[in-house]
Parts: sequence; C-alpha cells; structure tokens
Amino acid sequence: MYAYDEIDRTLVNERVSEFRDQVKRRLSGELNEDEFKMLRLQNGVYLQLHAYMFRVAIPYGTLATNQLRALAHVARKYDRGYGHFTTRQNIQFNWIKLAELPDALADLAEVGIHAMQTSGNNMRNVTSDQWAGVAPGEIEDPRIWSELIRQHTTLHPEFSFLPRKFKIAITASDHDRAAIRIHDIGLRLIKNEKGETGFEVLVGGGLGRTPFIAKTIKHFVHGRDILSYIEAILRVYNQYGRRDNIYKARIKILVHELGIEKFSREVEDEWQHIRNSSLQIDDEVIEDIRSRFTYPAYEKLPHMPDELRQAAADPDFEAWRKNSVAPHKVQGYSIVTVSLKPTGGPPGDATAEQMDALADLADKYSFSEIRVGHEQNLALPHVAKRDLPALWKALDRLGLATPNVNLITDIIACPGLDYCSLANARSIPIAQELTRRFANHELANLIGRLHINISGCINACGHHHVGHIGILGVEKNGEEVYQITIGGRADENAALGTLIGPGVKFDEVADVIEDVVEAYLALRERPEELFMDTVKRLGVEPFKERVYATR
Amino acid sequence: MPLVNGGKIVDDSFVKLAVDTPLPESGDILVPAERFLGEADALLKRAGKVGVIWPNSRDISELVPYLGKLAVVALVFPTFRDGRAYSQARLLRERYNYRGELRATGQVLRDQFVFMLRAGFDAFDVKKQADAEAFMQTAKRYSVFYQPTGDGRITALHRRMQLRHSEGVGT
Repeated sequence: MYAYDEIDRTLVNERVSEFRDQVKRRLSGELNEDEFKMLRLQNGVYLQLHAYMFRVAIPYGTLATNQLRALAHVARKYDRGYGHFTTRQNIQFNWIKLAELPDALADLAEVGIHAMQTSGNNMRNVTSDQWAGVAPGEIEDPRIWSELIRQHTTLHPEFSFLPRKFKIAITASDHDRAAIRIHDIGLRLIKNEKGETGFEVLVGGGLGRTPFIAKTIKHFVHGRDILSYIEAILRVYNQYGRRDNIYKARIKILVHELGIEKFSREVEDEWQHIRNSSLQIDDEVIEDIRSRFTYPAYEKLPHMPDELRQAAADPDFEAWRKNSVAPHKVQGYSIVTVSLKPTGGPPGDATAEQMDALADLADKYSFSEIRVGHEQNLALPHVAKRDLPALWKALDRLGLATPNVNLITDIIACPGLDYCSLANARSIPIAQELTRRFANHELANLIGRLHINISGCINACGHHHVGHIGILGVEKNGEEVYQITIGGRADENAALGTLIGPGVKFDEVADVIEDVVEAYLALRERPEELFMDTVKRLGVEPFKERVYATR
Repeated sequence: MPLVNGGKIVDDSFVKLAVDTPLPESGDILVPAERFLGEADALLKRAGKVGVIWPNSRDISELVPYLGKLAVVALVFPTFRDGRAYSQARLLRERYNYRGELRATGQVLRDQFVFMLRAGFDAFDVKKQADAEAFMQTAKRYSVFYQPTGDGRITALHRRMQLRHSEGVGT
C-alpha cells in the first residue's frame, strides 16, 4: 500500500475546497453551464441521462480497506446503495446530487481518495497491473513509477487543457494485464543490459471511432528521464494535436497523421531541451516513494497446506479455485480474483454491503488490501493458501464467488443506454442475457478462456475492439443493431477484432454469440486450442458462415 | 475587461491596435503578431512601450529575436478549453528567459489563475469583474505543487526530501 503524507492530503483538501466554491458559484448562477462543465469534469462529475454521475479515481487499482469502506459509505449516503467499477480503475456512482458532491468528496478525502482528473481533457488516472507487486516474475513493482507519474500529472499547469483526454498505463510483467497497447502512452518497465531500470515507451494507442494499437516510440528511456520524456510527448501533443474536430483530437490521430518517425523526431527535439532539467528524477526521490509503499509481513508457509488439500474434494471449491486463484510471488500465498459478474447481474456493480463485507474479508485474509482490475473485477492480493477455503465460503455468501473469471460470462461491458447519455444501444441487458445463456459452469469451462466485451456506442468504453468476441451497439433507423467482431485482444499481443458481417438485432445477439461459440467448439483441433487460437488459425470466414448461413 | 497585474486590478496603459489601425503618435501599444513582425523596426523605434499579441497557433520561437525589446507578450486563450498558450508561456519563461510582462488574454476565468501563474503569466485580462476581484484569494488556493516549473515553487517531491533531511539531522 502507498501511504499519503500530509503534503498529499493537503492538496486533496485544497482541491475539495476549490470544488465546493465552484459548485456554489454554479448553483448561484455565477458560472454558466459551459464554464462549469469543464470544472466539474476535472472533478469526475458528468451530467448523464438521468442524473449526475460521479467517477472516483483508484490510482493503479490499489485500495486499502478503509478506502473501500469510504466508497461504500458514499454509495449508501449519497447514492442508491451501489457503485460500478469501470475498465479504467475507477468507480462510478450514478445517482448523486450536485449540491451534495462537495460533501461526498470531503468524505473521500479523509481516506486519501479523490476524483481529480477522472474526466476532462487532461491526464487521467494512471492505471497499472492489478497484480502489481505480487505477480511472480515482474521487473519491479510498477506502482512506484505509477505513483511518481500520478503525482506529476496531477493539476499539471501546462497540460490541464489538452486537445482531448490522455491516458497512461504501466506494466512490469511479460503478460500485460494493464492493456498498455490501447492507451495514449503505454509504459513497459524493463531493465537494460547494464541492469538499469527504464521503460519501453509506446504511444498512440486507443479505441473509439478510430482504433489504433500503440506503437513503440522509444525502446528504452531510463527511469530518471521518464518524467521529462512524458512531458516532451505531452508538449508536442498540446501544441500540435488537432482542436478543430473532437473526433480527431486524440494523440493517436496526431501520431497517425505525422507518422511515428516524424512524431518521435518532434518529441526527441523537445526532450533534448528538457531532459537535464529539474524533471530529472534522482534515485533518492524514487527511494522516497518506494519507502512509502508498505508490504505485508508474509509468513513462511507451506506450498500446499492441509486445508487446501482437504477442500480439493469439493468440486464447487475446485471450480472456483481453478479460475479465481492465481500464483503469488511468495510461497504459500495466492492472488484471489473476486468476480463482479454474477449470473444475470450488471458487470462491475457492487453494493455498499458487498464493499463493506469485502473490506472485512480483506482485513482478515489479505493484509487489508484490495485491487481493482480493468476487467471490472476486484482482487485480494495476499491470501494465505490455507485461508482459501474459508475465504471462498465467505465470498460465496456475498454473491462474490461466481466461478467464471476469464470464462465466457466474465464479460466487460460499458453502462450503455441504461445510464449513459452518449450511448446508442443497451449493453447491460445483453451482458445479463449472455451470463444466463452460459450459466452452466461445465459448458463455460469446456469453452475455456474467452473474453466478451460490449460497448453501447462507438466510444468503446467496453473495449469491444479488443474483446475475443466484441459486441458494438449502434443505432440504425431508430433500432438497436449490434456489430460482432472476433479476434481482438488487449494483452501483450494486442490486436483489433475483425467484423464478421452485418449487424444483428437486439433479440438476436445472444443466439449469434451461441452460434460463434458452437462454431468454435466444432472447429477447434483439440480441447486446449483456445478460441483465439482457432480464430488465428482459420480467420473469420468459418464463423461468418456459421452465423449468417441461416439468417 | 479588468486587468490584474502584480495581484491587483490596475489601469491598462496599453492601447490594442488592430492590423490596420493608424499608429498613435505616442503611448504604449499592443500589436497583433502579424503586424508586429511586418513593422517591428518602426514600431520599436517610436516613443512608448510595445507589446505583441501572439496567437496560440503560431510558433513562439519566431518571437525570440525581439524578446529583449518587448514590454508585453500577450498570449491568447480563445476559449478556456484551449490550453496551447500554457505551453507557449512556459517556453517563453523557461527556455527563452523572457522577463517582461506575460499577459493572459481571452477567456480568462478565476479557475485558471493557479495554472497560469505556474506557467509564468503575471498579468491577466480577466473576463469577469468578480473574478478579477477574487484574484488574490484564488491565487493562494493551493499550497502544494507536484511539478517543477519555472515559477520556482518547491515541489512536493523536494519538500519531502527537505523534511527527510531535516529529520535526519543528529540521527
């Protein structure tokens, strides 16, 4: 965990007091909606279809139990008793009153949580691997660098009014759980031949109307130079990014229009001016940040405790353990993913009661720490293996032990037309229907790893382009129509999916997905061949044929 | 629009000239970039101070040869959402060492003062009277800054280092 000190707390409190004043001026009419819009967005407040939506940052996905309880408190006191975890390590509340927002922010500030820059045309919440610091084989804990960048990008005086939003993600593992290739800047922590820590820097990824996979702009930037290098990229973007057309304003368009070579030359020029400035980070500063991350006092535990051996006889426990429990870097411990995808439920939602109860479980079993991942699930990062059976029973009672992590019902979905003013189509009901269709665990298990991503509009908050199966809702002649893509992925081999044919109606989506899955089961060469491998081997044609031959 | 300079609302001694306004005999003038570049020598020779209004889409390095002779550089915020002039301001102050008045013009609201001050602005053509009056109060809103900029304010990272070293004395 990272501990905020007095300096960080002061800034958060100053921000709350500024926003209180801004809300007051809006309510008195001193600020018009156009002026206020930019200010509220910078504090995570959207005006949605029915009410204000409030988005809270969970930097690099790490939460302490008192912070999760504070989120539960906000859900209960200011909202309708639940919150929605998103694909960007945020939580959203959907029914909050403008006049009460400053109080909600003040309550969160008490535990070091804020909503700064969770929206608006500035640098957004820095995201990272939800298993950071506990995953076996990572270069080092990427959150140390995430925190450095979080601080640097918070209320940045030059980059708070960019052409568009700007997202940075960091990973330190070979297996990319932070989806860095679909971010404006993706950073991959690496060591050079001298053993020094630095980053491969990628730029210009993003989904939405014009999706791009990020390109490598520099193979190695030393850790001490990472802030100046990011600053150089941002300065080029701030000056040359398009402002005439909102759809062409993201950095991915600038990189695409200039070409990565020309863009990288511009950045290099700028960087040479500033790399030896006060932006250079010395080891002492990094050590200071590192020292404020505390790690559990792990016990020396056996690799296979008796409790786990005994529980293995219970097939329900085993079904859960196989997909929810991952290896930990410390022997005798595990990382437990907590599924927020119950059958028939909206993906990513948690009630205040669930949040409070999960905080209690994290206190008891996970050194008071919780993680939030971009797949809209939570995780307990330090669970002793001997506690797994007891934890499973407790999670099951809370409805948080659906054994479907990484399976077909572990669906990523945006809020869609039910909540979002941008959406053209419903997402949640599609996700709910699919979780019912594939509720049979035997079948889901037989299918194996398969990610479905659903977006209710072209803005792609549900990351449909990078779903193994992607579902995009659009509006056509007053009707919701869904386009299906296959073969996308957001990991270290990130790729955009391919459209398999014309859009289908709302009522047909679940049938079509069943057809795609049946086609895969018939086409795969052996049970170990995953959906993605079959698509890679055969392309979209056989799937297209199966879906459209009878329609 | 009220002008705030040195933290106070002041009278603006500069007259804004359009591209084709006849040049007044004397007095301080603010001239659009294009006209300034076209007539720089003549403008700088006459009595009275000269300032330039520089659009946010034009490369600020074109202004470098004249920086020592200019009394004011006015950068433009066509809307408060357009932040290009923040980069221009930092380049002028930090890379080109411009020490004259750096004025923010256009859609300038109180909620931008802290960002503008940190980027190097010291004069503000404020859109609303109430915002101009609230300048001092608003400018002092923050005491913690995470990024080093040319304004010389100590960053949180360095403040922590100082605290750590002072605590370390005698241990």
